[in-house]
Amino acid sequence: MNQLNNFSKGLLRENPILVLLLGTCPTLAVTSSAINGLGMGLATTFVLLMSNVFISMIKGFVPDKVRIPSFIVVIASFVTIVDLLMQAYTPALSKQLGIFIPLIVVNCIVLGRAEAFAAKNDVFSSMIDGLGMGLGFTMALVILGGIREMLGAGSIFGLKFIAEGADGVLVFILAPGAFITLGFLIAILKKINKSS
Amino acid sequence: MSKLFTISPSPHVHSDESVNKIMYSVILALAPAFVWSVVMFGLYSVRVTLLAVAACMAFEFLIQKYILRTKPQIADGSAALTGVLLAFNVPSSIPSWMLIAGALVAIGIAKMPYGGLGNNPFNPALVGRVFMLISFPVQMTSWPAVNASGVDAVTTATPLAILKEGVKNGQPVVEIFKNLPTNADLFLGNMSGSLGEISVLALLIGGIFMLVRKIITWHIPVSVLLSAAVFSGIFWLINPAQYADPIFHLMTGGLILGAFFMATDMVTSPMNPRAQLIFGAGIGILTILIRVWGAYPEGVSFAILIMNAVVPLLNRFVKPKRFGEVKIQSNKG
Repeated sequence: MNQLNNFSKGLLRENPILVLLLGTCPTLAVTSSAINGLGMGLATTFVLLMSNVFISMIKGFVPDKVRIPSFIVVIASFVTIVDLLMQAYTPALSKQLGIFIPLIVVNCIVLGRAEAFAAKNDVFSSMIDGLGMGLGFTMALVILGGIREMLGAGSIFGLKFIAEGADGVLVFILAPGAFITLGFLIAILKKINKSS
Repeated sequence: MSKLFTISPSPHVHSDESVNKIMYSVILALAPAFVWSVVMFGLYSVRVTLLAVAACMAFEFLIQKYILRTKPQIADGSAALTGVLLAFNVPSSIPSWMLIAGALVAIGIAKMPYGGLGNNPFNPALVGRVFMLISFPVQMTSWPAVNASGVDAVTTATPLAILKEGVKNGQPVVEIFKNLPTNADLFLGNMSGSLGEISVLALLIGGIFMLVRKIITWHIPVSVLLSAAVFSGIFWLINPAQYADPIFHLMTGGLILGAFFMATDMVTSPMNPRAQLIFGAGIGILTILIRVWGAYPEGVSFAILIMNAVVPLLNRFVKPKRFGEVKIQSNKG
């Protein structure tokens, strides 16, 4: 029950993007399409999961004064792994996401969970927490990217449903569209959380 | 009962102004420009205006009734005015669904989420217009040629677009001006452009009507136009071969429409006269900056929206002197 709670809080109640508002920079930057959102979300989920597990393991013997640099080293290692893997196996997506993959290192969610959860809890709980938070992040990114892609380009996961050559409502694949869509998503989730 | 001496808290003297009265007076003041747009663009202009007004009022009604669950207030005229101003800022050939999308953004994003009339920091009609300009750049900048009755598909550029294109290609301004309407045509509105912005004369009639009825004060329109004229005049005096003259800048594009009807929106402009002067000067200077160096040929709507964002600051820092207030002398040190 407690583990289930650790997992599910990341999805809605403490969703990192829509409730905690962490990691908004990559969120706004990469969600111009659903597939970008999915790629970014899964990459972050992997880093979050692995870094939570390892930080939880080493928390016993890392001196308190140097814990943040140590955590960053752990996170950076996994980000490098993800970055190289994506360059090797999904070069197109890697090119699309560009600098935002290496920037997962400084993503507030990853360090935030390391500080707030993994450094205080056991390995298994930290793993579940990382997974829940990561999937909540992925979900928000896919929804945001999906809405923006549908409105802005008239397609979903790259499948165009409006006439070939026609444009969508361009503002939604530009930065202002990201802010507007995110604002409305936050409002909707707040309504849902309030009524439940 | 009527003989009873009633005691009530002040105020005891009421003005007969009301939201409805002001909104409908502004719409009335826009009538000359509307008539002129019908003369120039024919029934297309009626279609665009009616559709925009209907869409704005419908969205306001639906949001108030079903999302906010309050008593709908669409009869107050503010949604209708937003619709008219939105229509006046688009070409007469705009596809209907784009106009409806613009109305949805104006009411559903720029007005209602902030709390409805009186609480919106940005002018709803301009937010709708800028949304459309960014989202549908092709349709928003294809202007039907005027007086081309019977032919649907002829489009032409606005004077400002011709100027921008010409300057970009390195033509001297004198050469470009040979392709532009004369100042008399600009004043009367014998050129292409958005529905309501073309005729300076018609807009001035409406503006003077609003000044006489005291719906607006002179501060904002005068400071907008004066600062735009002075700022563009400086460039023109430095190099008349490269920059257009101030008269041209004043009479083209949406500057007059913006100065009298959109910058003066009571909700989104500063409260006291000194702040209004600063506000207007900011709009004038930003407009000319965008026209001369910006990516878009016209910058009035962007300038007004940027200055809208500054209004809370202006209200805070430019306060009228309180009655009896004395400046505190600091004798420390």
